[in-house]
Amino acid sequence: MMFHPTKHPTSSPKARTTLNAQALACRRGQRFLFAGLDFSLEHGRILILRGPNGSGKTSLLRLLAGLSRPEAGQLFWCGMAVPPSGAGLSEQVHYVGHSSGMKAAFSVTDNLRFWARYLGGAEDRLEASLEALDLEALAHLPVGALSAGQQRRVSLARLLVAPRPLWLLDEPTVALDSDNQHRLTGLIQTHVQNGGMAVIATHTPLGVDGANLDLRDFQPEAQHMAHDPLLAFED
Amino acid sequence: MHWFANPARFIRLADKILPLTLPLTVGLLAVGLYLALVASPADYQQGDTVRIMYIHVPSAYMALFCYMIVAAAGFSTLVWRHPLADVAGKAAAPIGLAFTGLALVTGSLWGKPMWGAWWVWDARLTSVLVLFFLYLGYMAIWGAFEDRSKAARAAAILALVGVINIPIIKFSVDWWTTLHQPASLFRADGPSIDPSMRPPLYVMLAAFQFYFFTVFLWRIKGELAAIRLNALRYAGEAPRSASPKEEQP
Amino acid sequence: MLAAFFSLILRDMRLGYAQGGAAGLVIAFYAITISLFPFGVGPDAEILARIAGGVLWIAALLAALLSLDRMFQADFEDGSLDSLTLGPLPLSLVALAKALAHWLSMLLPLVILSPLFGLMLHLDGASMRVVLIALLVGTPALSLIGAAAAALAVAVRRGGALIALLVLPLYIPTLIFGVGAVEAVSGLGSVSANMSFLGSLSLIFAVLGPLAAGGALRLALE
Repeated sequence: MMFHPTKHPTSSPKARTTLNAQALACRRGQRFLFAGLDFSLEHGRILILRGPNGSGKTSLLRLLAGLSRPEAGQLFWCGMAVPPSGAGLSEQVHYVGHSSGMKAAFSVTDNLRFWARYLGGAEDRLEASLEALDLEALAHLPVGALSAGQQRRVSLARLLVAPRPLWLLDEPTVALDSDNQHRLTGLIQTHVQNGGMAVIATHTPLGVDGANLDLRDFQPEAQHMAHDPLLAFED
Repeated sequence: MHWFANPARFIRLADKILPLTLPLTVGLLAVGLYLALVASPADYQQGDTVRIMYIHVPSAYMALFCYMIVAAAGFSTLVWRHPLADVAGKAAAPIGLAFTGLALVTGSLWGKPMWGAWWVWDARLTSVLVLFFLYLGYMAIWGAFEDRSKAARAAAILALVGVINIPIIKFSVDWWTTLHQPASLFRADGPSIDPSMRPPLYVMLAAFQFYFFTVFLWRIKGELAAIRLNALRYAGEAPRSASPKEEQP
Repeated sequence: MLAAFFSLILRDMRLGYAQGGAAGLVIAFYAITISLFPFGVGPDAEILARIAGGVLWIAALLAALLSLDRMFQADFEDGSLDSLTLGPLPLSLVALAKALAHWLSMLLPLVILSPLFGLMLHLDGASMRVVLIALLVGTPALSLIGAAAAALAVAVRRGGALIALLVLPLYIPTLIFGVGAVEAVSGLGSVSANMSFLGSLSLIFAVLGPLAAGGALRLALE
């Protein structure tokens, strides 16, 4: 049942990428979700985010994807500081979040073909991606007609249509059955064996080797409020 | 620029300015109203209805002036991320809306004896009406967000789109009205104004200006207090449950 | 980058005509709005011909408004907007592509159909040509201004009703010059002057609209 890795398209093995974070802080409203967060991730490695609901796992992933900006701290990509404004890492990453990013009215193939074109992938990867997630039989169905688990597989297939070194996965196992969880594990392993990296927020053990990062360790004390310049009532 | 960002400093400054602007506002308004309603002559054509002008023209001017303040605040929000600018835009908009409303109502009251109709699609009135809608949109954005800094940035984007549009709208409305009613009757506030009408008009303009600054500072102070209250409410969650005994003497 | 830009335009145009797409609805709305006017003002051919330019423009404006609300909302809800930021396009160009797709799929069909409705409103041939060209030159501004308002509405999260409030005041200049061009045929002013202003509006908002929309989308994502 394990998926065969040979044809699997992924980032070039030559890539020697690293990702470092220094003193990252993330604010939601008046509260800090985390602060002073450091980690470093080498090519071929996996970072697994842990922590209860609301501890900032999704926020950290979105921050790494450049979808939001950190309140403080700095990211380094291959040793270079990532400028806080501008595209950031966006062309180096894949982000698979809670929603699929697929159009219900389009077929699986059409959806993936669009993302291949848009994200700068090659359309000849399409077949292999469908195969890797066992979607060939569903390829012509509109995504809206698929079950939650099948839709999840379609959004995971997007990881393969365009090669990117860093995968950011937010609870990727949700709605997947055990066969498909194994399939996902295989995909991630192949990706990192080829020099890729992954940051994964998950509650279910994936069976991949990775460093753990528990966001509870970076939770500021309860009273520690965000510095709001308009609240500085003393000089 | 960021010197003002400290609210304590700003409030101290505001508390120094307010005792000056408040009496100036009241004094100028009293003098201006006396000059406008009693001392100045009635118009030889319009009679006493011309006195509406002393309210209408300063209101219309202030309506635009406030929008410029809102837009300038929006600009500093987006470019310099100046925290007090967020609050300034939010504070100025309702004052501007009130002036815009006053300009529309007085324009309509003036229009009845002048044109024989409560509303005429005169270029100036129509532009002010559009400005009224722009204010409503700006305030609706503020009302729709929970997060202050996000609301400030969204509102700032709209304010800037609006301020670029104001000359376009003004031009297009002028274009439209000259096409449809070439001879505009609405000349009383143009260059043909009689010299005897100028002093009351200028005093009223100054009074409205000082009224704006007074209310503007009050409203910023109020906003800062509301922000602080909100922060205390957030922060207070833990202490409130931790030390209930202190609250029961 | 260009490939991504065009593939996004193509996807959005196809979405407009796919199942659940709004393009058909917008055309029907345009037709119904126009056919309401004879009931409102009477079937008198002279009156209808006089107001036809305004009727066609106002119907196009309302039809544009009707279709704006899904421009970014759908992508925001299904997570596409997240992935669209990971491509080569900055958000302002994403907005420009989507605004162009909106114009091509929603408004261009209305423009093409407008002579048919002009006929029903007893518009003469010369005026009809001007209406057609004016709509062609001016309606892109509706999509481009609309993009900014639609993006702000997405950032607000409950913006459906807000769009009308934000966008309609900004549509006034387009309406004035659009109708002005048609009225110029019967002697009120100059057709070419109105057309130039219409074109300028479309060009100004081709820059301003996507820039504002990009900023607003950034807020929506945070």
